[in-house]
Amino acid sequence: MQQPLLEVNHLTTWFDTREGKARVVDGNSFRIHRGETFALLGESGCGKSMTALSIMRLLPGQAQGNISGQVLLDGEDLLQLPEAAMRRVRGNRIAMIFQEPMTSLNPVLTVGEQIAEVLRRHRGLSGAALQRRLEELLAQVGIPAPRQRLGEYPHQLSGGMKQRVMIAIALAGEPDLLIADEPTTALDVTIQAQVLGLLKELQSQTGMAVLMITHDLGVVSEMVDRVAVMYAGQIVEQAGRADFFAQPQHPYSQKLFEALPDMDKRDRLLSVIPGSVPPLTQTFQGCRFAPRCHRAWELCHQREPQWLPAGEGRSVRCHLYDRRVPHPQQTGEAPQPLDLAHATTGEVLLEVRDLKVHFPIRKGLLKRVRGHVYAVDGVDLSLRHGQTLALVGESGCGKTTLGKSILQLLRPTAGEVCFQGEDLTRLRGEALRRRRRDFQIIFQDPFSSMNPRMMVGDIIAEGMQAQGIGGDREQRLARVDELLQQVGLKPEHKFKYPHEFSGGQRQRICIARTLAVNPKLIVCDEPTSALDVSVQAQILNLLRRLQQALRLSYLFITHDISVVSYLADDVAVMYLGRVVEQGPVGAILGEARHPYTRALLAAVPRVHADVPRQMVKLEGDPPSPMDPPAGCHFHPRCPQASAICRECYPEQRQVASGHWVRCHLYS
Amino acid sequence: MRLLHVFPLLVVTGWLLLALFGGWLPLQPDAIALDKILQGPEREAWLGYDDLGRPVWDRLVMGAQTSFFVALWVMLISFVLGTAIGTLSAWLGGWVDLVVVRLIDVFLAVPGILLAIALAGVMGPGLENVIIALSMVGWVGYARLARAQTLSLKHRDHVTAAVSLGVRDAHIVRRHLLPLLSAPLIVEATFGIAGTVIAEAGLSFLGLGVQPPEASWGSMIRDGTRYMLVAPHLVLAPGLAIMLVVLSVNLLGDRLRDHLDVRSRGT
Repeated sequence: MQQPLLEVNHLTTWFDTREGKARVVDGNSFRIHRGETFALLGESGCGKSMTALSIMRLLPGQAQGNISGQVLLDGEDLLQLPEAAMRRVRGNRIAMIFQEPMTSLNPVLTVGEQIAEVLRRHRGLSGAALQRRLEELLAQVGIPAPRQRLGEYPHQLSGGMKQRVMIAIALAGEPDLLIADEPTTALDVTIQAQVLGLLKELQSQTGMAVLMITHDLGVVSEMVDRVAVMYAGQIVEQAGRADFFAQPQHPYSQKLFEALPDMDKRDRLLSVIPGSVPPLTQTFQGCRFAPRCHRAWELCHQREPQWLPAGEGRSVRCHLYDRRVPHPQQTGEAPQPLDLAHATTGEVLLEVRDLKVHFPIRKGLLKRVRGHVYAVDGVDLSLRHGQTLALVGESGCGKTTLGKSILQLLRPTAGEVCFQGEDLTRLRGEALRRRRRDFQIIFQDPFSSMNPRMMVGDIIAEGMQAQGIGGDREQRLARVDELLQQVGLKPEHKFKYPHEFSGGQRQRICIARTLAVNPKLIVCDEPTSALDVSVQAQILNLLRRLQQALRLSYLFITHDISVVSYLADDVAVMYLGRVVEQGPVGAILGEARHPYTRALLAAVPRVHADVPRQMVKLEGDPPSPMDPPAGCHFHPRCPQASAICRECYPEQRQVASGHWVRCHLYS
Repeated sequence: MRLLHVFPLLVVTGWLLLALFGGWLPLQPDAIALDKILQGPEREAWLGYDDLGRPVWDRLVMGAQTSFFVALWVMLISFVLGTAIGTLSAWLGGWVDLVVVRLIDVFLAVPGILLAIALAGVMGPGLENVIIALSMVGWVGYARLARAQTLSLKHRDHVTAAVSLGVRDAHIVRRHLLPLLSAPLIVEATFGIAGTVIAEAGLSFLGLGVQPPEASWGSMIRDGTRYMLVAPHLVLAPGLAIMLVVLSVNLLGDRLRDHLDVRSRGT
């Protein structure tokens, strides 16, 4: 076999903390061959980014020298190179792109200047040759009108365009290895599909290898050749893509798959990993996953498992695959079923009619209104008792604004919001304040949605106090205890402050706070998108259990199709302030009619074992809601647009029972 | 290094103690000894005597009381007034905010000390008028800061959550806004104290502050300038006192800011 491009041997990186040495990367070895795509998969804090930074020797100042092991690039140990020689490797032989294209570009330099820097430094280009190469690079990453774009600044570009520029900078050095650290996590699915497609295309053109760092099983499934799963600083399993997706072997990998929400799992609770990632400052006795593993026995706690071969080109670090040790009897875990026929009376709880939220744009000395942002522009929705309506769309489509305007946290410009027959938009002052107990909201970022100076008990009791419910102080305290237990926390937690909790626990506290006022409707605004898969599963389970027990209705705002398929009853798809298609979840996900819905669904990376399919790409960026295109908003990006689409907005048509669509194809 | 750490604390503590308990010391700031006019330091009066033969140390302690009294009151009044105006303006928004912002702009356009001189001049000399004049100028800084902080806090999710729970506005301002914007305001207040000490000295130097025979560091300097060449201690003593107090309060303010700012704290 040929020599690998990159060979990492026993790479260890540590930070000196007050609690001792924290080994963020602990004795990891892997190889990447030329032209190969290799994924490091893991949840946040598992050390995957640190592995990449160690390879590049770009660790934060204090940990600079705390690397041991070998990083062989074509047989040359990068860890032994002097800093000056290392600078010739970075950006030249190994290039890196980061998650946040917004902050990785310099806002005061033009795009062209930032790419030129690499070309001058590593390729020695100047003058006309430089200019020619710059245009070539931008064209290569699929940026239209490259000559003009070169003179633009990062803020003039959309998120997807910025990431393309980052890729162009990385390509400028013609690297052998490209390290992509969560390259599409900050992007919308349709843009993610574009960027992933681009990466693949470039790879086949240039023959570079890619080290893909991600937490997303879907991205791994679509993109890579081989995958390594990381847990708490250590790689626990390595396998080829097909083997891995056919049958993951390490119990941690298996749990990651089981925790993924999915249409097939609707009738039961998702499988969760109990506990949390252990602190890396300790010296591990046995397997570091053992305390959370449902298949662990004594041996796992006593001895650290060694690498065991598990078939062609795959290995796993788990005692289960060691034939030399006796295994205890398997105790299979039955998934907890959920009663799907949750008692829905079919009566309508919330009815939204022609809701509009327009934000005026004021300019000039006199603050005259010069235009409007049409954030929500005529939306009809209805939600029945005890059901979940998912609101799906890409960022900037107005779904959060819609959620807030339904709750009267933003007053709508026009339209009606009928909650149990009462129009909320007409309520004012004290009447509205009283009514608020019936509808609550959960936010994406659980930390900023709690006052850091208040104790958890006070946070939860605040609503009861404000609404004058829950009896006297004693009774309220008892109710707080009960709520904490209901969301899976302990009563003594009420004397702690929000910063003492993990992300998942904070989201539980937020849920307890909304439950305190006995709401009927909860608007969940991307409640799990800031959380890891295994924590997301816990929160989704909690939400579903609560829905059953308390007959709650959810308006679930999300961009994550797998979450929708797991818990929604009905789905509404939004594009640029309008709902383009709505109906039962099965109809929307299975027989989508609107071209946008189809493109959106097709762009979602699938988790499967078969050969990666050709991803459907939606060209271009969503237009600005300040100046929406005439006619159907989607026509500039629609592959099936015709003359009429440019002229008038389509009427709503029913294509099947309860399945509505706004598209000229069906009129 | 250690000295630099303790020094400002010592100076400020000394200033506070003299200002609070100076009245109990056996001092005679008004006692005139005609035979000792302009005499330098000696055993009975370690800072010497002024142009009327009064002991400079005793008058310096009296001046400490004046400067502390003024600084405290001005700080309190401007803090409360400024925070209230700034927070409410940002919370209510609309035309209230528009008016307040314009008002702040107008105040900031005129140099503070000139405005204070004009106000004190119109109202006539006296300690109360100095306090009123300086507070009229001082609230603007707090208001601007409180307004900016409130504007950024107002759109945080925990405030939205409180609105959604039906919490009353007054309660939201009290529980969710004021505790979170207090940190930068307290830092601003320490710098405000230093500024007020100088401003008071300035007004007294111009004769708009305390009236004789009361003492203030500013008026002491004014009286001393005429004899600067023959008796430099008359200017040096209050001048050094002002410098030390202002420097120390500023150093403490810096340290407080670093302490309250979590981002600058090392891990």
